[in-house]
Amino acid sequence: MNTAPTPTPSNAAPRQRKPIEIIHAGLKKRHAAEMRFRLYGLIAISMGILFIGILFTTILGNATTAFQQTRIKLDIVVDAQMLDPDGKRDPEVLSSANYGAIVKASMNRLFPDVTSRRDQRELNELVSQGATYTLREMVMADTDLLGRTVTLWVPADDDVDMLMKGHMDRDAAEENRRLKDNQLAWLDRLEKDGRLEKHFNVDFFTNGDSREPEIAGIWGGVVGTFYTLALTLLFSFPLGVAAAVYLEEFAPHNRWTDLIEVNINNLAAVPSIVFGLLGLAVFINFFGLPRSVPLVGSLVLTLLVLPTIIIASRAALKSVPPSIREAALGVGASPLQTVTLHVLPLALPGMLTGAIIGMAHALGETAPLLMIGMVAFIVDIPKGIFDPAAVLPVQIFLWADSPERAFVEKTSAAIVVLLAFLMVMNALAVILRKRFERRW
Amino acid sequence: MNKTSFVDSSVKMAPVAGSTATVSRDKRETVGDIRVDHPRVRCNNVNVYYGDKHAIHNINLDVGNNEIIALIGPSGCGKTTFLRCLNRMNDTIKGCRVEGEILMEGQNINAREVDVVPLRARVGMVFQKPNPFPKSIFENVAFGPRIHGLAQGKADLEEIVVTSLQKAGLWTEVKDRLEEPGTGLSGGQQQRLCIARTIAVQPEVILMDEPCSALDPIATAKIEELMAELREQYSICIVTHSMQQAARVSQRTAFFHLGDLIEVGETEQIFVAPTHQLTEDYITGRFG
Ligand SMILES: Nc1ncnc2c1ncn2[C@@H]1O[C@H](COP(=O)(O)OP(=O)(O)O)[C@@H](O)[C@H]1O
Ligand SMILES: [Mg+2]
Repeated sequence: MNTAPTPTPSNAAPRQRKPIEIIHAGLKKRHAAEMRFRLYGLIAISMGILFIGILFTTILGNATTAFQQTRIKLDIVVDAQMLDPDGKRDPEVLSSANYGAIVKASMNRLFPDVTSRRDQRELNELVSQGATYTLREMVMADTDLLGRTVTLWVPADDDVDMLMKGHMDRDAAEENRRLKDNQLAWLDRLEKDGRLEKHFNVDFFTNGDSREPEIAGIWGGVVGTFYTLALTLLFSFPLGVAAAVYLEEFAPHNRWTDLIEVNINNLAAVPSIVFGLLGLAVFINFFGLPRSVPLVGSLVLTLLVLPTIIIASRAALKSVPPSIREAALGVGASPLQTVTLHVLPLALPGMLTGAIIGMAHALGETAPLLMIGMVAFIVDIPKGIFDPAAVLPVQIFLWADSPERAFVEKTSAAIVVLLAFLMVMNALAVILRKRFERRW
Repeated sequence: MNKTSFVDSSVKMAPVAGSTATVSRDKRETVGDIRVDHPRVRCNNVNVYYGDKHAIHNINLDVGNNEIIALIGPSGCGKTTFLRCLNRMNDTIKGCRVEGEILMEGQNINAREVDVVPLRARVGMVFQKPNPFPKSIFENVAFGPRIHGLAQGKADLEEIVVTSLQKAGLWTEVKDRLEEPGTGLSGGQQQRLCIARTIAVQPEVILMDEPCSALDPIATAKIEELMAELREQYSICIVTHSMQQAARVSQRTAFFHLGDLIEVGETEQIFVAPTHQLTEDYITGRFG
């Protein structure tokens, strides 16, 4: 910089600039680097938000229509002669009676001009099978209905529903449509008469699975999920916490405990389907537990989340300051008292968070459950942990696999429910944390 | 090897004017009266190893009744290590091994079969950094009596808590907020709370590891005052890096250096007329 020869000693040569000048000269570069870093961060976050936004809008967009269901208003004459010929009100007779015929008759009465057999069949295709089940349930619950006329909004067939929701093109050539010209005409007439309307889809939340999309619901999956997760939590949390406490607070540090530690970390990385295979081999084939039941599902999921819970619990225990342990030991608390009275309460929020993260993981698991047969088509709502059940993600998988157009929106709606579950669980984790942490 | 730590040991230094030290720097055996009559604690040939590291060598020292003994020395010389032998807190450190005999009322408390739970009730400890439990002030003090079952009923427990807080000189400051968290107190109050927690189980000996190093001068003065009162009932063994503090509070002083106990004596003698050259170096600030 300074070219003028100065007679200074060589080791103190270029000392013309003061430190503060050098700092100022470099400042611009430093700030630029910082700005750049912030920009990268912002870009990364915006990308994340963008993708989440796309995900949510598509799913919600697809799902909203599933919360509505097209229904047809029918005046049904509950023919006592036909349903209960002996008049004994015998439940067995009542349950096996031909309700379908009655529903068909009420539909035909609305369209007296439709006389040919073929046309009548096409007319009756507009009403869902579900109408029959609804009617049977109603009559079984209240036999006084026999002989009377009831006005019911029965579910329409899924094709009708798709038409009403704009998923079917009326202007397409007839052979490319699932509804024929005459059916469209009848529907228009029903709509004009105020007998065809979209209602809030209660069935979706209260029914079990079905082959008929218009009456398929998620309640079976929700109940199955509830049983499975509740059991999983019951098995995995105490086990995981006990293992973590032992390893962290009591176990000697030697080659064996090192080996165990490494293997717990390995287990956390094992593909979940392997746990399914293990469950199949051990719980079903060896112990002979039934297939498709929440009990076995929860045992498999316990294996799956146990490493997560152990690792999180150990981290929580490690984060308790050693000074607390010293304080307790210093007044003569035994190691167990130290842990249960001081360390564990302080580690609990972290352990709970770990457990809930593990549960959220288990909530979304499909693969291991497929291996133990929880992929079966199950219509009945499970009544206990030994009843065959489906869980929500498997339900989604099954519906996504179904050919009917109407299952597309059901799939999205079920995903929305699953996400809602997840959000509730995460909120729970936050609330629990806050509550426990407030006790300093 | 041991020469590396003190400055200029190769250069013969002219003795400072008025120097009383007569024992040369190279001598590692303890000088002074390590024994007292009727000791509360008597240590015979105590050695501590951290793994392969020999942290303190062959310590022989008595702690007398109703006395405050100060352990001083440059950092890393093994004061804390020695202190923690007396209530077996070194047991909690992985790889730490304590050898030798530590006698209390004729019983070797360093024996493997001795139960540390009652021992730590007899020998309480106050740590360098105040470490109250994240619980209420009351619970902090009540913890010891509760786990040892010292109180008969609630009223008794309350009484113990109150007297302990009074003895620790904290009562007037906290009597209206016993249910508030102990961690919300000031540093000095927290340390006095820890002292109250320790004396609530009525120990015979209280170990204090630099109890004032995190405190301001006023809080320090309060704790020193408190120690003088506690001395009437307890023996206190205090590690301090402040020579002034050692001089103010203790009756006897032990000087450690690189794991050796160099000199023990009456505090006044140590500070006015040290016998060992290293002691003199340290108290005159030549190293440390
Ligand atoms: N937990 C430990 N593991 C290994 N070495 C330790 C440990 N604690 C202390 N030491 C070593 O033992 C020596 C004495 O330490 P310490 O008793 O803490 O000294 P002081 O309290 O006098 O400063 C030091 O050299 C220190 O490095
Ligand atoms: Mg120390």
